[in-house]
Amino acid sequence: MNQYELTSQEKKFVGWHLFVAMFALGLGSLFGPLQAFEHAGLNLYPYLKPLIKSYYQGLTLHGVLNALVWTTFFITGFLTFNMIYGLKRSLRYPKLNAVGFWMMVVGLATAAVPILLNQASVLYTFYPPLKAHWGYYLGLTLVVVGSWVEGWGFYATYMQWRKENPNTRTPFIAFASLITMVLWQLCTVGIAAEILTMLLPWSLGLIANVDPQLARTYFWFTGHPLVYFWLLPAYISWYAMLPKQVGGKMFSDTLARLSFWLFLILSTPLGFHHQYVDPGVPPAWKYLHSILTTSVFFPSMMTAFTVIASLEYGARKNGGKGAFGWILKLPWKNPSVTAQLFAGLIFFFGGIGGLANASYNVNLVLHNTAFIPGHFHLTVATGVTLSFMGISYWLVPYVTGKKLWKPQWGVIQAWLWFVGMIFFSNSMHVLGLLGAPRRTPLGDAPYIPPEWNSRLFQVGLGGAILFVSGFMYLTVMIATAFGKQTATEQIEVPVAESLQDVSLTPAWLDRWAPWLYGAIALVVIAYGPQLIEQIGNIALTSPGFKPW
Amino acid sequence: MSAQPMHIDPAERNWMTFSAVLLLAVVAAVAFAAFGLGIQVPAPESRVDPKTVSTDPNSPWSNPGVREVAPGKQYDVYILGKTWQFMPAEVTVPVGAKITFYVTSMDVQHGFKLQDTNVNMQIVPGQVSKLSTTFTKPGTYNYICTEYCGAAHASMFGKVIVTQP
Repeated sequence: MNQYELTSQEKKFVGWHLFVAMFALGLGSLFGPLQAFEHAGLNLYPYLKPLIKSYYQGLTLHGVLNALVWTTFFITGFLTFNMIYGLKRSLRYPKLNAVGFWMMVVGLATAAVPILLNQASVLYTFYPPLKAHWGYYLGLTLVVVGSWVEGWGFYATYMQWRKENPNTRTPFIAFASLITMVLWQLCTVGIAAEILTMLLPWSLGLIANVDPQLARTYFWFTGHPLVYFWLLPAYISWYAMLPKQVGGKMFSDTLARLSFWLFLILSTPLGFHHQYVDPGVPPAWKYLHSILTTSVFFPSMMTAFTVIASLEYGARKNGGKGAFGWILKLPWKNPSVTAQLFAGLIFFFGGIGGLANASYNVNLVLHNTAFIPGHFHLTVATGVTLSFMGISYWLVPYVTGKKLWKPQWGVIQAWLWFVGMIFFSNSMHVLGLLGAPRRTPLGDAPYIPPEWNSRLFQVGLGGAILFVSGFMYLTVMIATAFGKQTATEQIEVPVAESLQDVSLTPAWLDRWAPWLYGAIALVVIAYGPQLIEQIGNIALTSPGFKPW
Repeated sequence: MSAQPMHIDPAERNWMTFSAVLLLAVVAAVAFAAFGLGIQVPAPESRVDPKTVSTDPNSPWSNPGVREVAPGKQYDVYILGKTWQFMPAEVTVPVGAKITFYVTSMDVQHGFKLQDTNVNMQIVPGQVSKLSTTFTKPGTYNYICTEYCGAAHASMFGKVIVTQP
């Protein structure tokens, strides 16, 4: 088999990203079950003192490490792989990318110190006037800026490739990785404004007060597109890699590209849907963002079709029959496939719940309730995370040159994640609809009626199953990376061919200008007037508090 | 723009049409609930200084509680959030009256979710959150803080007691 090979240097570079990502996942995942057990009436936090002071220090660690660090490091590593492998050339400036990576590592360490010292128990949304130690804000800023630097390295590489290949369609995995990075850089402008103009100078004592409402607007400018930054790398795998792993092809190269462009355009101008119940945002703007949010559902539906069609094509080629019978012919013994199939299935339900969140006034029933963590454990904690686990079942062997240790553990791990998440997330959704608040040690809350106990117990049960699954995953990863079983044959990189001739993909789907300007224009329309108004009426009246 | 046509499988075209119709139906349903049934979200009401909102004698939150606007018909309820309690922690209103809640915070952000109603608001220091509801059944309805506000956030709640006049 003849496939492009990364140099050992490049494999190591990608591998370091994955290593930090998994380290964060391992540490952060220790706290997930602790929150879940607390809901079920078993509070283990008192036993963790003096190491971990409170439920909220644990929850901050869980949110920051799992939702921000695991994702960002895995994604930059995976995108680096996609750029090199997709374009079949080295990075233009490998040192620039290395600088970006080390900035992220330094940022992580800088943020970790105050979190571990209980000086930043502000959760991963850090809503002011809760005030963390400046190291927390500075560290997060460095992680984001480091990822930007890596992105600039991608752009330079792409421009060089384009010069060398003027008339070729950009290979899909590189194309989609570039869009993911551009989306990230477009949307993180909000959080950069929040931290650099308010939170960092405030935490350093340079300004006394902040405007919490404006901070929320800045935060959610970034906060929702952030989830597409998490999700699109999983989509790259579902669109372009999973079909190959099931013996098929990518159903439609054209529509895959179109949906990525739509995600770029539609992902950012919709952050007010996280602020439907905010007092300082006019309902007309909330309503506009509601419609824009709903429209993101469209490329998601396209993705569902193309991915399932590609899977079906592969399964039928392997002898699958019947309207649904073909599903049994998918390679369920391959942990990478099983993990991603469950990720996709769970994500489908997450998407439906997301439509409820996005629906303006329907959101009143569930805003800030347990429904929300129930929802995002289906999306980021399964759709994304379980997909990344699936990807790592081939990517880690590839970058380490080792054989995957006990693949059947990977299959069991994926099943356990699926089952555990059903218990956990279903119960969280129901509790939310009953009115249970999110971010609350419910085992301790005085207003919880006894009828909720069976649901709270299932939250704990789900947490326990997820803990076992996470433990098995990391065991497989460690045993693979540090084991002695060197791979005897070349490890295949699964990149699917398009069923349709790629040269049929219209040229306008490989041109940046219209899409990029369109994305910026839509952001200006959807956010410009409100930003001008909220910044114009800024009220710096809130001093900081540290009530934990 | 290239004149090259876009190749789309007929089944996928049908699916995309179905998706578009489904989404339009969702948008229409939400619009009907918002503008037909009047189920609305909070709108900018007024702004306050969180440092003085509980002490300034001109601030309604220096003396939070129920104000009778029209006996048996209309009541305004002023509630102040602070770590980790609502003031007052209990209010009494009659069934069938229009009750409007004005809630703000003197310190960090809080949440205000009134169980079994459509009242759900983010409480942001410096801003006043306002929503109305009408209770159709007597009973006790908790208002629960739904935003993380520090160590004892889980204990922060209050009660609306709805009485038969």
